[in-house]
Order: sequence, then structure tokens, then C-alpha cells
Amino acid sequence: MTEQLTLSRALNAGLRRSLADNDRVLLMGEDIGTLGGVFRVTDGLKAEFGADRVIDTPLAEAGIVGTAIGLAYRGYRPVCEIQFDGFIYPAFDQIVAQVAKLHYRTGGNLVLPITIRVPYGGGIGAVEHHSESPEAYFAHTAGLRVVTCANPQDAYSMIREAVASDDPVLFFEPKRRYWVKGDVDFEEEALPLGSARIVATGSDVTLVAYGPLVATALDAALAAADDGLSVEVIDLRSLSPVDFDTVEASVRKTGRLVITHEAAQSGGIGAEIAASITDRCFYHLEAAPQRVTGFDIPYPPAKLEEHFLPDLDRILDAVDRVMGRENSLTGWSAS
Amino acid sequence: MSSATSVDKSVDGEKPELAHKQFEEPRSDLPGLGGSDRGGPDERGPEEELVQILTPMGERISQPVLDTWVADVDGDQLVSLYEDMVVVRRIDVEATALQRQGELGLWPPLLGQEASQIGSARALRKDDFVFTSYRENAVAYARGVQLVDLVRVWRGTAFSGWNPFDVGMATPQVIIGAQTLHATGYAIGCQKDGVDSVAVAYFGDGATSQGDVSEAMIFAASFNAPVIFFCQNNQWAISEPVGLQAVRPIADRSPGFGIPSMRVDGNDVLAVMAATRIALDRARTGGGPTFIEAVTYRMGPHTTSDDPSRYEDGAEHEEWAAKDPILRLERYLESAGILTDEVRAAVKTKSDEVAREFRAECVGLKNPEPLSVFENVYAAPHSGLERQKRQYAAYLSYVEGGTR
Ligand SMILES: Cc1ncc(C[n+]2csc(CCOP(=O)(O)OP(=O)(O)O)c2C)c(N)n1
Ligand SMILES: [Mg+2]
Repeated sequence: MTEQLTLSRALNAGLRRSLADNDRVLLMGEDIGTLGGVFRVTDGLKAEFGADRVIDTPLAEAGIVGTAIGLAYRGYRPVCEIQFDGFIYPAFDQIVAQVAKLHYRTGGNLVLPITIRVPYGGGIGAVEHHSESPEAYFAHTAGLRVVTCANPQDAYSMIREAVASDDPVLFFEPKRRYWVKGDVDFEEEALPLGSARIVATGSDVTLVAYGPLVATALDAALAAADDGLSVEVIDLRSLSPVDFDTVEASVRKTGRLVITHEAAQSGGIGAEIAASITDRCFYHLEAAPQRVTGFDIPYPPAKLEEHFLPDLDRILDAVDRVMGRENSLTGWSAS
Repeated sequence: MSSATSVDKSVDGEKPELAHKQFEEPRSDLPGLGGSDRGGPDERGPEEELVQILTPMGERISQPVLDTWVADVDGDQLVSLYEDMVVVRRIDVEATALQRQGELGLWPPLLGQEASQIGSARALRKDDFVFTSYRENAVAYARGVQLVDLVRVWRGTAFSGWNPFDVGMATPQVIIGAQTLHATGYAIGCQKDGVDSVAVAYFGDGATSQGDVSEAMIFAASFNAPVIFFCQNNQWAISEPVGLQAVRPIADRSPGFGIPSMRVDGNDVLAVMAATRIALDRARTGGGPTFIEAVTYRMGPHTTSDDPSRYEDGAEHEEWAAKDPILRLERYLESAGILTDEVRAAVKTKSDEVAREFRAECVGLKNPEPLSVFENVYAAPHSGLERQKRQYAAYLSYVEGGTR
């Protein structure tokens, strides 16, 4: 059955199905029950499954994730909601020092099927700590799977796969795309959680994006086509592991790589992809891989966010750069 | 100081270098005292343990301990407290309207919490320092923050509306509870410097669940820091009722950390002021930290983005409307013959003027320069960031040149 849903309703449908399929699945978080979450992703689930399974917790992120670990010891599959990206840090210790490492530390005896949902990214004119992209911290941490959806279909399928995963999953939700509609096939044969998806085929440039910027990347590919360029767009979907095989195959074909994400550049996902693909495809590259990212600054105030977020024009400028066309840095020198 | 327990005596009888305060039984002379032997909410209604000077009907009742701390508050000062409360409510209403009109991105109303904020902030000295959450716009007003500076962060033009050192007030904190540790550290600094300034942490009922707040109380108690934990229990943390954060009154929590507490009617400006003065006096004279729970109600939504109809019970709202902080002071001032038509008119003129100025300055706020995003990331130059800034400058002139 197929239905038109917004990304947030698709997540809601995926969570409902997960709750129905397995009675060890629990949802926990701040304001997720009666209110249905500040983005309404869990709307109606408390009424349907009860306060025992859709749990409004005290206001404490370390508490949410820490108690989820204890519940995992008892065989539960907790799905934790962190209300906004910038509020995950009180739980950072529990995630990095505990969730990520306990399977290893227990010699594999303990599994941690914990999903941590995080609305992330900017572009909604929010106040501080409400627009961040902290995914690289977690992708840098062994033991965590890190994924992000970009459309309603993947939202529905990937949240179910994340909840079903015996590994802990950081599930990043592109909050500015919550209201974007798309077809959701509830019986879709989902791609494995760790795989990327080619969302537009092309032959000149490989453009890698994920989460909120996939839509922007697709727009850029359309605009580039008007300029006679053929851009292949890859929705990465998984940030740990990265599906390098898919990216490699594309770059072997195009010879050029542009990566875009909202998160700051240094030490980011783009750096990892650029390095790994350079290693794998060195002799196929026609130009140095380019990153179009947020700057290495804190996310700025709302009235300045357009001067932080990668957009269509900045992506096209990088496409021009890898194509050797005139671009903003033509003739530029560092001095 | 009680000598019954001596935790700071080292084995050989020498005082350790950092002489921590000996454990002290919560002081029994504080009104609305939180002690370990108190009954839970089931044994005692929350109402009767609230300390109050002004009843909701505006009657002034005798409260022997508190009265002495506000004995100096004369008619003029009462009018001035009243004026502040009326003005901040007006600012709040105006800001909500500005948000609805698209001039502000968001606004967290303080409606209903005027007495908690004005009563406490007006008790402070200039050299005291406050660390607040996002909702304490009345505290900011009382600290002397300029009107336009109240809205910068909500309009999205800056992350800090003012220089903290100009007004003795930190940049409002969005990360729930974090500021309680900052206040405690500031207080430890005051103590080390031998000054009698006090740090005040403002936070909500929801915040008391955060680990940071417990850690702040532990540090404050261990170092006997001159800090006040001022908790506005407005009954809600977004949609979550206070009962989810605390199964006993919030004021019951700090005594376990060795910090005495008071539970005051947060809609009674005089009771709040008296309690704050007691806590300030303790802090200034080496008495250490105090916890104040100001029991109040969030009469508006959590923020302008919130829809309380999804979770709030209308009857409870009505009940609290009858305990309005401004209304009760008004009633008292009327019965005392202080609120003359003249005074009323003057307060109205003042709040009209403030509202007009507030709106005009808000609407007049310009967006900052694009390249300012790179400023103040570091105190010293950073080569990597400099490079990004220059490249982005090149990009901006390239796109403005119309090439792309
Ligand atoms: C660390 C953190 N987690 C979650 C939030 C989201 N949030 C903002 S305000 C709020 C409720 C706070 O309630 P309370 O402490 O009672 O203060 P009030 O808003 O009632 O003044 C929540 C959960 C946040 N800002 N920071
Ligand atoms: Mg509250």
C-alpha cells in the first residue's frame, strides 16, 4: 500500500509499526507522550500504545540514554528522542563511553538495540542550539551506527531498520524536511541500513549529500543540467558505515567528487569521504575532491544562517571548480 | 555550625587545606524551610507550606520572619515594584505580538511569573551577578538591560543581547540547567576574592532533573559558595507537569545536599523579595548557598511555538488566574490607599511608552554583516578560519558580481 506522507508522518508510521511488531520496543523522551513531541513525530502513539511504552521522561538527556542502557540489559529495545540536536551533549558521555562500547566490553554478551533519534540541522530560523549537525562526533565513535534519512520513504523504512538493529543507531532526522511530502510504500523492500542510494544518475560529477541537503543537491543537479553538465547525486544515508563502494563506483565513472553537508568542515564526514575516495580512485580523479560545508564556526544566529548553510549556488560553484570552469576561487591566492 | 558531625577533620587532627564547611542541619529559622523530616505532598497540601505575605485577595498577612525583611518597603517602593511588574507584562505581550507579526522568530512568555522575577531581581545589588534561563526577561529588565537588547536573540540577529559585565547578568541559557554550575563557579570566585557579591542561578522546575543542577548544588554545598538557587516552579516543563520531575516539593531536594531551602508563593512579590533578601544575607555573611522555590504558574504557552491546549487543563489555568501576581498587589495597594488615579495613570503612561519604544527598536534592528559570522569564534587569530573567511569573501563578491 502506498500513501502520501510528510517525512515526520512517515517516521510516525514507522515507529507505530515497530511498536506493533515487537512489544519490547519502547519510546522514551521529553514531551513525546501527551504532546506527541515538539515536532509531533510521536503524535498519537501514547494514546495507542499506552504510557508504559511511550514514555514522557524527566528532563535529563543523560538519564534518558543511561536508563535506556539498563532497559537494554533487560532485553528492551528503547527508542530515545533527543528533542533537538544541541541537547544531545548532556547524553554524550552515556552514548560515547557506554552505549558505543558495552557490546565490546562485554565480549559480545550484551547487545544494545538502542535507537537515538535526533532532529538535526538548520534552515528553520531557530534560536541557538536548535540547528546543529553533530553527526561527525558519533561517526567518529566506534560501536555506533549513524544514519540519516532524506525522504519520507526512507524515513519509514530506515527507522524500522534502526529499531530492529541489534547495534545502537544514531538516527538523524533532517528537521527542515519534516514537512516535505512523498510517497511511502509500506511494503517496500528496504535497502540495507548501511547502503547509499544513487538518486540521480550522471556522468560528469559525483555529488554526495545526505539528510537535509539531498534535496538541495538534486536541485543543483537540475541547474547544472541547464549548463550542460551531468551530475550524479548520491544520498549517503549511512554515515557509519559509509557505503564507499557505491561512491567509488560513481567516481570511477565521473572522475570528479563534490561532497556537501551542513556540519562544519574540519574533521567532518566530507573529509573522510574525500580521503577514502582519493585513496580508492586516485588514478581516476580529474580534480581534487571538493567539500561544500558549514564553516568551522558555531552555527550562527538565524539572520545569518544563509551565510553558513551550503546552498545551490555554493554547490554549483564547487561543481565549476572540479570541472575546471571559472569559479569563485579562480585566480584566488591565500595571501 | 553544628559540631555533631565533623566531616572535615583529617585523621591526625589537622585541618585539611580546603576546609569544607561542616555539615549543618538545615536551618530551622528559615521560613518555608525544607528539611529532611518534612512530609511529602500526600501528607501536606502544597498550599499550606507556601510562605506568603500577600494573599491572592490582596490582604497583607503577618509573617513574622519575612516581615522584618521587607519592613523598609514603603509606599513608593511598592508602587515601583508594581510599575515594574506592569511594564514587564506589557513588554511580554508586545513581544508575543511582534512574534505573531513575524518580527521575532520566537518568544518565551513570562506571563504570570512577574512577581517571582521582579521580587527577586529587585532585591539584588549591582555587583551581584545573575545566570538565567531564557524566560527571565523581567529579571533582565530589572538588571537594567536595554529594551532593544531583550529581543536581539529572539529576532535572530545575535546570540547575546548584551555584554554580561555591563549589567551583571549572563547571556540567557538555553541548555537547561547549565547555568546553575556557572553561577556556582562565579560564587566560588567571589568567595576567593573576598568580596561579598552573590551569584544567583535562575532555572525552572524541569531543570531540576538535569545532572548539572545536582552537581551545582554539590559544589555549592562543598565549598559553601555564596550562591542562590532560585527555582521558578511554574508547574510545567513544556508539556510535562512538575510531578514528573519531582514526586515531592522541589524545595525538599536541596536539604539532602546540605542546602537549606524556602518555598515561597511566587506570585507574591513581597514574599519573594523577603526570601531573596534572607538568602542574600546568608550568602554575604558566609552562610553559604540557599535554595528558593518560587511557586508560580506559566500562564502563557511554553514559547510562541507551543500549543498548550494539547496538554493543559483549563480548570487549573483558571485557578491560577485567580492568583495573579499583579492583581493581588493592585488590590493591596488600593486597600492601602496607595494606588491613586494619578499613580495608575503614571504607570499606564510609562508602560505605553516602553511598549512603543520596545516595538520601534525591535523593528528597527538591522541584520548583521555576512562576514561577521567568522568573528569571535576565537580570541586569537586562527589560520584555518581566516582562510575560510577570505574564501567566502571571494565567493560573495563573485556571486554579487553576478557571475553565478
Ligand atoms: C539540555 C536541554 N534539553 C532539552 C531542552 C528543550 N527544552 C527547552 S525548555 C524545556 C523545558 C524547561 O522547563 P523548566 O526548566 O521548567 O523551565 P520553563 O520553561 O518552565 O521556564 C525543554 C525540555 C533544552 N533547552 N535543553
Ligand atoms: Mg517550568
